Amino acid sequence: MAEYQNIFTRVQIRGPAYAGVPLPRGNWVRMGKPRFVHWLGRIGDAQVGPIYLGFLGVASLLCGFIAFEIIGLNMLASVNWSPVQLVRQLPWLALEPPPPKYGLHLPPLNEGGWWLMAGFFMTSSVILWWVRVYRRARALGLGTHVAWAFAAAIWLMLVLGFIRPLFMGHFSEAVPFGIFPHLDWTAAFSIRYGNLFYCPFHMLSIAFLYGATLLFAMHGATILAVSRFGGEHEIEQIIDRGTAAERAALFWRWTMGFNATVESIHRWAWWFAVLCPLVGGIGILLSGTVVDNWYLWAVKHHIAPIYPQVYPQVSDPAAAGVSP
Amino acid sequence: MMMRMPRSLVFVVLASALAAGCGRSPVKVVQLGYRGTGEQQVYKEKARAALLARNTAPEAMPKVNVEPGAPTAGATFKNVQVLKELSVPEFARLMAAMTTWVAPQQGCTYCHAATDMARDDLYTKVVARRMLQMTMHINSTWKHHVDSVGVTCYSCHRGNNVPANIWFTNLGPPHPSSAMGNKAGVGAPAASVALSALPNDPFTTFLDHPTEVRVVSKVALRDDGMGPSIQQVEKTYGLMMHITQALGVNCTFCHNSRSFFDWDQSTPQRATAWYGIRMVRDLNVNYLEPLNPHFPANRKGISGDSPKLNCTTCHQGVSKPLNGVSMLQDYPELAGPP
Repeated sequence: MAEYQNIFTRVQIRGPAYAGVPLPRGNWVRMGKPRFVHWLGRIGDAQVGPIYLGFLGVASLLCGFIAFEIIGLNMLASVNWSPVQLVRQLPWLALEPPPPKYGLHLPPLNEGGWWLMAGFFMTSSVILWWVRVYRRARALGLGTHVAWAFAAAIWLMLVLGFIRPLFMGHFSEAVPFGIFPHLDWTAAFSIRYGNLFYCPFHMLSIAFLYGATLLFAMHGATILAVSRFGGEHEIEQIIDRGTAAERAALFWRWTMGFNATVESIHRWAWWFAVLCPLVGGIGILLSGTVVDNWYLWAVKHHIAPIYPQVYPQVSDPAAAGVSP
Repeated sequence: MMMRMPRSLVFVVLASALAAGCGRSPVKVVQLGYRGTGEQQVYKEKARAALLARNTAPEAMPKVNVEPGAPTAGATFKNVQVLKELSVPEFARLMAAMTTWVAPQQGCTYCHAATDMARDDLYTKVVARRMLQMTMHINSTWKHHVDSVGVTCYSCHRGNNVPANIWFTNLGPPHPSSAMGNKAGVGAPAASVALSALPNDPFTTFLDHPTEVRVVSKVALRDDGMGPSIQQVEKTYGLMMHITQALGVNCTFCHNSRSFFDWDQSTPQRATAWYGIRMVRDLNVNYLEPLNPHFPANRKGISGDSPKLNCTTCHQGVSKPLNGVSMLQDYPELAGPP
């Protein structure tokens, strides 16, 4: 019984390696002889491989590699090709989008051209990987839920780096590559548009983000808690409820009066996760295109509370016509 | 019977013991605004005490007795161009004080030719004269920033020939490649912007040129035009990082962070800082840059520009320079106007 209470899987199943269902005609072959790794078995399935890479996988990895190289080599060039400085300064290093003067025109290579190329290859890589996820699901006869969840994340990425800049007419509005630089961009974006915390889509996005983690914790904990009664056989229990499903349901009805079912909990979790970037992307897309100051928007719609004044009245020296 | 301690309890005890070791520098939080708005200042008490100790004003020189009708410096010495009306004893007292403030090691001859004190041979004398005018200009014209507390040479110099915190235009790192690796003025752990990756020369942008600092929109819905770009926002952000570092404060010392632009929710310090930015710009443009022909090469920046000042030059980590002590009261002759 104690086995199920550990976060690490203490039981490893070892049988003949499973190569998977036969592939449809026209597919590439699966690569790599399957083998077993004990330490991977501690956190998941011990069997590694075979992997199906296919044309899309190879093309995606290639595009991803090109984007990675463009970003990495530019960062390396920015520290005069010093590997030591690359490592030391890595969190600060940036590949910046073109300056505002270029609008949507193609900038010179060293003034955002590299950024544009890196973005193109990164986007190609991600979209090729999306098609691959979709096609592999279809090849296995699965639903395409994973692909559409992935698409929600891609939507947010494209809004930030491509769609919103197109609406604004400036590639300069996009996010730079780099660890601190992209965080600075985020903070600057919120300041520029009057505090994103007052954007209702940002509020929703945060609710779905935290909600998704909460649901994940609740669901994971529930299944682990009833696994001693066979609860990890979730899929069977959807249609053939056993004592595990009944106990889990009863537990939540006792503690909060309502319970999801073994199937619906997965829909809850999927929608929360998908809606997080989906609504977040809407908030970003509206900033600067429609709404210019979310705080003032919130004041206008009586969302932002007004706090009592504790300081003496301060007035804008510039508005008072002061020009010392 | 022996009690067996649960393993989880042992873990909690060990973890608390480890965490307790992290709290070596107690942080003090001072609430300044309405409760729940996050308008508070965060101080590390130990570092703060050391900082305040570093920012103490020196004792004033003993006052001199001036007989009515005593001769003025202008009538007594040759080539006196500022403070002409000052009596000779007061003039000598100020010169002695200035020596301790600016050239305690070198003495009078740091600025004056040993053979003839009146000569303008040394560039330092020309600069010092202009700096005296600048001090009087600050104390008379920029009261909105320096109040009646005012400034003296010591406010910035602190016993150094050249104030410890000055700046030159940053041309970026020397870079042989024009094909790739353009830093675009960002992406360096720059001390000028509190080691952030923000645009690292906010000084040339804002403190040497009349660049608009404001970037937040004043309307809820976009009317027309894009308004300030993200790049402009990041530049302003960089300047603000400099100010917080120079004054040893958080954003909320001046702003209510829920709405940075709103003057109605800002603290009175924001207006003081507004004048400060304009004051520094005025001093750089009208006093430091015009002295450029007088500075020798070793006092200039890479691009040949004059040494210039920013908030740190005087503030040096505290919101009230020298902890708010008015040295000007002991040297009222510096109150100006020049």
